[in-house]
Formats: sequence, structure tokens, C-alpha cells
Amino acid sequence: MTDLTAWLTPGEAEALWLSLKTGIVGTAFSLPPGIAVAWLLARRNIPGKLALDGLVHLPLVLPPVVTGYVLLVLFGHNGLLGRWIEAHLGFTFAFNWKGAALASAVMGFPLLVRAIRLSFEAVDPKLEAAARTLGAKPADVFVSITLPLIAPGIVAGTLLGFARALGEFGATITFVANIPGETQTLPIALYSALQVPGAEIHALRFVLLSLLLAVAALAASEYFARAVQRRLRGAP
Amino acid sequence: MSGLSVQIRRKLGAFAIDLAFEAGKGVTGLIGPSGAGKSMTLETIAGLSRPDTGRITFEDEVFADTERGIFLPPEKRRIGYVFQDPHLFPHLSVAENLDYGASRRPSGGTISRDRVIDLLGIGALLDRRPHRLSGGEAQRVAIGRALLSNPRLILMDEPLSSLDTRRRREIMPFIEALHRSLDLPIVYVSHNIDEIVRLADRVLVLHEGAVVASGDVAQVLNRPEVQSLILGEDARDADPATIIEAAVARNDPEHHLTELAFGSATISVTGLGLPVGAAVRLRIHARDVAIAIVPPEGLSIQNVIEARILTIAPAGPAQVDISLAVSGAPDLRARITARAAGRLSLAPGLTVWALIKSVVLTSG
Repeated sequence: MTDLTAWLTPGEAEALWLSLKTGIVGTAFSLPPGIAVAWLLARRNIPGKLALDGLVHLPLVLPPVVTGYVLLVLFGHNGLLGRWIEAHLGFTFAFNWKGAALASAVMGFPLLVRAIRLSFEAVDPKLEAAARTLGAKPADVFVSITLPLIAPGIVAGTLLGFARALGEFGATITFVANIPGETQTLPIALYSALQVPGAEIHALRFVLLSLLLAVAALAASEYFARAVQRRLRGAP
Repeated sequence: MSGLSVQIRRKLGAFAIDLAFEAGKGVTGLIGPSGAGKSMTLETIAGLSRPDTGRITFEDEVFADTERGIFLPPEKRRIGYVFQDPHLFPHLSVAENLDYGASRRPSGGTISRDRVIDLLGIGALLDRRPHRLSGGEAQRVAIGRALLSNPRLILMDEPLSSLDTRRRREIMPFIEALHRSLDLPIVYVSHNIDEIVRLADRVLVLHEGAVVASGDVAQVLNRPEVQSLILGEDARDADPATIIEAAVARNDPEHHLTELAFGSATISVTGLGLPVGAAVRLRIHARDVAIAIVPPEGLSIQNVIEARILTIAPAGPAQVDISLAVSGAPDLRARITARAAGRLSLAPGLTVWALIKSVVLTSG
């Protein structure tokens, strides 16, 4: 494994590292709000639930270019939120890897929420009711019963969101452009390689790298899902 | 009565309950056809759902009072709730399930962990996961889990209904043992007369969200309208029975028999090993009672009681239910064919002999 980078050109290593970084950071930050939104959608009858559901799913149906443009308008240097964040938090999403992470998080969010929401819905409310009668407060029930029971859904949702983030292209290139070493993730690097005449071998290497990453993510997802099942069910 | 006092109204869609009752120490049976509001009543007592209006108190504590805006959340009520299905936590072992409540409400357990495990016979299961338990084992663990949460009141919502007859027989003695060894009020919901007769000290009959009868188990459940309510409209399939509170009159060790007395009648059953004077609850199904118009001779059936016919009512096209007066005892019921009743010229007022083919002994 130590030699893996030796097989890659610096540009390829950079694109791979950037993909992993934006994917991991984007998914990690979307997990807590993802669990919260999934819980709201699965368990609460809040006003505007339909609107929230639609909003969450919007990136799934909108052309990614539109999503990227909306992000640019909101989080760009002169964007409504972008300006506020820059003034008060001292950083920007515009044209850097943080923006790429944000774009991949937004694009992966619907898949993440969907998987976790389904597992919330699969938890028998009677189990939670039983925990209440046994003396557990609602927050205690959530941590000791609900969360362990939806763990497989969280793992599945996280990996699904991560896999989606790895493949993210349209929104990212629209929002933060194509800057090598900063926003040029694997798919964007592949796209760039295809633009250069006679660089087919280059493109092929990016294709293989993407394939490798996808298979690894899939295998990891399967492994974690089984490990969680084992822990929950106590099955061998 | 200083136990549980309930006075609630709740409407949910087309369904509504509006009832009031009290329940003290011992087992209060709550019986009624499905849809009578039994489960909703228990859930409201436990705080899992809120009454629209009403008041629930236990001893000197107010669980809920809509007028004063009081609602105690379920975790503060100290109620041991046993559901229809065990609802064990699948990600925890049996031991962890048992300790879930105990660790959250530890102060001065009503009953020790070892005693619960012993009483329910679950010592060998502690390390197992719930998916590796049989239905009967899982329900026993669920009962243990509820008992160890340091409850002041136990609510049981048809704890045997998800089990087959064999498992039911396996668990019933445990619940009886609990009843004898615990000094806690238990509210036991069922739609099964046998369970209530066997376990309950008092009974409340629920129908369409209201209490329609309450009081002594035998007196209430012997009322024909109560039986047809519980057993359903279809009288042909329904099997009326008479519940009798009897006492051991004599033991006959030579023949391994016990003689039971109720009113002016006595019957013999296989030896019970109970002292003279012990109370026994019997259930005699109408199908197990035959009628003779002369004192019968040369029969293997030894339990023959002299009785007087009170009423004869049709039960389906081919059968009749005959109500028989036995002095000093509840009215006995016999179900025979309409043809037999015609041939014997049975009529109200006639003195007959009731032949009892078998009795069900429900509780000692």
C-alpha cells in the first residue's frame, strides 16, 4: 500500500487525495443534520414536512449544474450566505476544496437521509415505548435503543452518500470550477484528461482509479453492514 | 380503595373510550371482545397515550389530570408493562434486557434479581440474544424485565395471546406464582375467559370503550349476556361455561380423589392434594353437561347433580342451552341437541339430573 502513490503521477495522487478528502469531510458534516432530518421526516408530524421532504430530495432531481449554480449564488464570494460566513467565520467555500466538499455533501444528502429515514421507520415504536415504561427518558431511549437499532441504516446511508460524493461532477465544477490541487477531484480530472488530444492513456488511468475506489467503497460498505448486523443480532 | 383510580375519556378516529374504575391489590382482570378499548386503556394508564379528559391516580400520586394540566411521563410512573409481544431489545442480551429498567430505577427493588430469574426460570438464558429465544422464553424475559424496573403497579396486555397453547401452559404458572408472591396490584387484560378465571381476583368487562360489568369473577362471568358479549355473537361456536367457587370437602386417598362441594352439590375430581376447606375455582363447559330425567344408573359418569330447569334457549339451529338451578350454587348450563330436549320433553320447572362429564380446574 505504501507504494501505491509511487504508481501514480503527482497529478493523479492529488486528484485521488482530493476526492477522498472532499468525500469524507462532506459526508462527515452531513451526517448529524442527516440523522436529524431523517428523524423529523420519519417520526414527527411537523408543519411543512412535505416541503422539507421536497427540499431534501431536490438535488436528486435537479440538474447538478443548477444545484452548483444555486450554491454559487448562495455561497460564492458575493453570495448571501457566503458573505456572512466570510465576515463572521473567516473562511469561504468559493473556489477551494471546502466548496467541493459542500457540493458533494449537498448531492449526497438525499441518499443519506433516505437510507437513515427508512431505518428509523423500521424501528418498532413499541420498543421505544417499552424503554419509556422501564424508566428511560426520551433522549436516553434515543441513545440506548433507537440509535443502535438504526446503526445499519446509518452505515449504509453514510457509505451511499460517500460513494455519491466520490462521483460528484456537475455541481462541483459549476460551483468551484476546475482547479488542479484545489477542486479537481477524480471525475473532474478525468474530464480534463479527455479534453486533451492524445491523453487517452491518462484518461484510462483515471477510469481505473475511479473503478478501484468505487469497488473499495462497496466492499467497505458490505463489511461494515455485516459487522453491524452481527453486533446487533449477536449472530455468528 | 387505595390503589389505581382511573376516570378517562379518549377519542381516536371512530374509536372512543369513556370509562371509570378502581383497582386495588391483587389481580384485576380486564376482559372484553377485541376493539373494546382494553389496550388503549392500559396505554393511557401507563402514560404512553394521553386522555382527552380525565384523571388517573395511583395511591397518593396523580399520573394525569387534564383539568389541572398534570401529565406524568411514562418513565416517572413506575409501572411494569408487559406487552402482547415481548418487545425485547434485539441488540441487548437477556441479562442486559433484564437490567435495562433496573439500572434506570435502582432505588429499593420490589423484588430481587435472583428471585425474578428463579421465579421465571430464565437463569440459563442470560447470555443469549432475544432472537435465540422461543416465544415462551422471550415472554418470560419480558415479564422479568418489567418486574425488575422497580414497579409499583403491573399492567399486562394479553401477555399470552401471541403464544400457542403449549407455551401458554408453560407461562401461566409463572404468572400465578407472581400473583401469589408479589404484593403489587396487577391489571391483566385478556379476551380469554379461562385466563381471567384462573388469574383474576376481580373482573371488569369492557365493551365499546365502556365498563359494562364489574365485580366478583364468577358472578360477573356467569351472566349469560356477559358470556355472549365476550364469546361473540356466533352462539354456535361460542362455548358457554359456568364458573363455580367450590371448596375441598373431603380427600379420598384410596381412590386418589378429591371431593369438592358447592351449594348442595358435591363432585369428585382427581386428587388435588389440597387441604379440606381450600378454595377451588371450577369451570364447567355447557357441552360437558348431559341431562337425565330419571336418576341415572349404570353409568361411568359419577358426578351427578340434581337440578331444576330454569330456561331453555336455542343455540344455533340444532342445539339448545338449558339453564339449571342448583341450590346454593350458580346456575349450571347444559348444551344438548334440540332433538334430545324434545324427546325428553324438557320444560322449565322440571327436576332433572345433570351429568357432568368433565370439569376444568382453574385455580387453587
